[in-house]
Amino acid sequence: MPEKTVKLKIKRQASPNVEPHWDEFEIPWKSGMNVISAMMDIATNPVTKDGQQTTPIAYDSNCLEEICGSCAMLINGKARMACSALVDRFEQPITVEPLSKFPLVRDLSVDRSVLFENLKAVKAWVPVDGTYDLGSGPRMTPQQQEQNYPLSNCISCTICMEVCPQFNEETNFVGAATISQVALFNDHPTGAVLKEERLHALMGDGGIHECGYAQNCVESCPKEIPLTRSISRVAGQVMVQSIKDIFSS
Amino acid sequence: MANPKIIVVGGGLAGLSAVIKIAEAGGNVDLFSIVPVKRSHSVCAQGGINAAKNLKGEGDTTAQHLDDTVYGGDFLGNQPPIKEMCDAAPAIIDLLDRMGVPFNRTPEGLLDFRRFGGTLYHRTAFAGATTGQQLLYALDEQVRRYESEGRVTKYEHWEFLSSVLDGNRVCRGICAMNLRTMEVRTFPCDALIVATGGIGAIFGKSTNSVVCTGSAQSALYQQGAYYANGEFIQVHPTSIPGEDKLRLMSESARGEGGRVWVPKQKNDKRDPRTIPDSDRFYFLEEWYPKYGNLVPRDVATRAIHKIVYENDLGIDGQPMVYLDLTHIDRHTLDRKLEGILEIYEKFVGDDPREHPMKIFPGMHYTMGGLWVDFKQATSIPGVFAAGECEYQYHGANRLGANSLVSCIFGGFMAGPEAVRYAKGLQKAAPENNGYFEAERKRQEEINSRLMTSSGSENPFRLWRELGDIMTRNVTVIRYNKNLEDTDKKIVELLDRFRNINLSDKGAWANTSFIFSRQLYNMLQLARVITQGAARRDESRGAHYKPDFPERDDAKFLKTTKAYFAPDADEPRFEWESVDTSIIKPRPRRYDMAK
Repeated sequence: MPEKTVKLKIKRQASPNVEPHWDEFEIPWKSGMNVISAMMDIATNPVTKDGQQTTPIAYDSNCLEEICGSCAMLINGKARMACSALVDRFEQPITVEPLSKFPLVRDLSVDRSVLFENLKAVKAWVPVDGTYDLGSGPRMTPQQQEQNYPLSNCISCTICMEVCPQFNEETNFVGAATISQVALFNDHPTGAVLKEERLHALMGDGGIHECGYAQNCVESCPKEIPLTRSISRVAGQVMVQSIKDIFSS
Repeated sequence: MANPKIIVVGGGLAGLSAVIKIAEAGGNVDLFSIVPVKRSHSVCAQGGINAAKNLKGEGDTTAQHLDDTVYGGDFLGNQPPIKEMCDAAPAIIDLLDRMGVPFNRTPEGLLDFRRFGGTLYHRTAFAGATTGQQLLYALDEQVRRYESEGRVTKYEHWEFLSSVLDGNRVCRGICAMNLRTMEVRTFPCDALIVATGGIGAIFGKSTNSVVCTGSAQSALYQQGAYYANGEFIQVHPTSIPGEDKLRLMSESARGEGGRVWVPKQKNDKRDPRTIPDSDRFYFLEEWYPKYGNLVPRDVATRAIHKIVYENDLGIDGQPMVYLDLTHIDRHTLDRKLEGILEIYEKFVGDDPREHPMKIFPGMHYTMGGLWVDFKQATSIPGVFAAGECEYQYHGANRLGANSLVSCIFGGFMAGPEAVRYAKGLQKAAPENNGYFEAERKRQEEINSRLMTSSGSENPFRLWRELGDIMTRNVTVIRYNKNLEDTDKKIVELLDRFRNINLSDKGAWANTSFIFSRQLYNMLQLARVITQGAARRDESRGAHYKPDFPERDDAKFLKTTKAYFAPDADEPRFEWESVDTSIIKPRPRRYDMAK
């Protein structure tokens, strides 16, 4: 073993139907190493610290630049992106576990399709008339762009849902990411045409009223999206909408 | 056929563009992707998208965009489709704007444009420094809308293995594998569009995402599709070297005024911020006064190589040069470049607003790809291709911010063309004629051979060997002797591949098994790239041979077309003339106005 090594303790589970266990690894340290590159090194020689032959670790990853949103996991107990988790910044052994609130696929890989379903439910899109040439879009001030651009940076990593105490089977809460997309599209001059439908979607089961203002989401977001501001904005819109609903019914 | 079924493989910009056009025309689409489409590699594009909107009073025109693109590509691109793309680009920007892409704005509320490499015009629309992400999300949202209307069915976490060809070698469907259950299944279609992106993994470390293996293109090539101009590999001048990948540092950093330099004094140990201007060598500005830091990528990459390897002026003797933004005020940097500055900060640990960044060229993009005609059709009837996986729009070198426009334009072409083709088909895909079952069996057999192989080779180690030799010999500088050695090495790796041993024999979400299948296809395609480079004895765009330093139009103003010879298990080559009917080829140089 070379002088400097990295110790990792990784939670393994070969399939959803078997019990999880932990594997410990000790691998040569490299400059600039992150949790994903450590697991890539393990794949070239999948042997545990005790010399047991094992399988390469299954995990989701793609861009390795913290922009695709794939590699969210729990590192030393905290939900974060693994590609930007430089090993030098963590106490060792570094524990790595899958996100806990999503169905497990294998090892560190989980099924987060619930977020994409939520985005469908709130119609998170601008309903353009068609893709043929209809001229330029609505004018927008740089200030408007600067307000909306951060919301549009959401990488769907689901960390805000993982850390939210209200995101569980009991509440069915949609979570901050989806609400923030509602804020984004309601604010778009064309997207606003679906505002009512989006707000109604957030009034039902698992809607915005389930938010307990724990603020974990905004503290954990790797993209530093002002999620609680989005939630307040949309909560205000929902309130106005419900009053409108009373008078129009 | 009244209501054709189209399959699109790949959910990046090109694939989603095709899906939207088909769904809009009333067609039904099955969309296959290894990852949820919102996580496709297009998210990594940073700097912007080109269109000659001429909103800066510079007199920019689509004809000028065409000329810059053809000239930047060293005249290897067929000009009519490039012209169509440049003409269509302004309306594409408008459409993206209407879809809600948060493009940066001018005070008047119009789209802002910045300069990029290989042009003297402000032609690049941008959304901060995460333009690819914003564009992909806009298209992803439109596709989600069609999905909720039932026009699009997504098969995410499925990998394309092969096309299903009938007795006339016409595509009738695809064979794909579920990456969780490992189920291998065939899916019928009337036309297939592949939009499977880049091939970075063939070079081990690159700026590409993990899924960019080129496996799908290679599978189609092995089924008879031509692969064109494979030897043209773009090495981006400014990437951040890393253990797991080379992270892109966008050309927009230079577009916004970033300057590339090294200390004039070899091994100057001073903090770069204390080195006065007189002791700095701004070599790009000195060598290319007209374009300066915004020369095309191949030119900048070779210049950095020269500084490091010939002049021995790399920082601290290392293969690195400075990319300096520290003279630009913080607010401007944050407004226009925040996304990429964050990447540097997070992965290197230094703030590029305070410290000059250390960068080096890294494999970035393939100009080559599946051969297609001007309507995006590959040489297999019924198979279309769009985006980076095809070769059409960039010639011998791609200009920055042209990739996003070529992806969307290619997808917009391929979608309706696939529908047109499918409607003209004589009869519905014959599902019970045995071709489907035969292809599924062929793939199952490959799987079971791999799963039961009990050799000693680790697939990930084979891959590192491939990446090392490809990066060393088949990127910036190419010698025939080294190319020959590389091809021999790939043959050796293919041989050792037969002796593979999967440490994981499980039948559930087995990532080493999935990777091994991709690796085999990478090896086959690596030979196309390497041999193509060996055959082209000239220098053109990104392809540079010191032994043949000049462009040779008489012999090589030609498209390289490779096809697979199954019996010999290796590529064969043909040449095709290039359509230069719009702009007459002229010498390409960037030390003066063209």
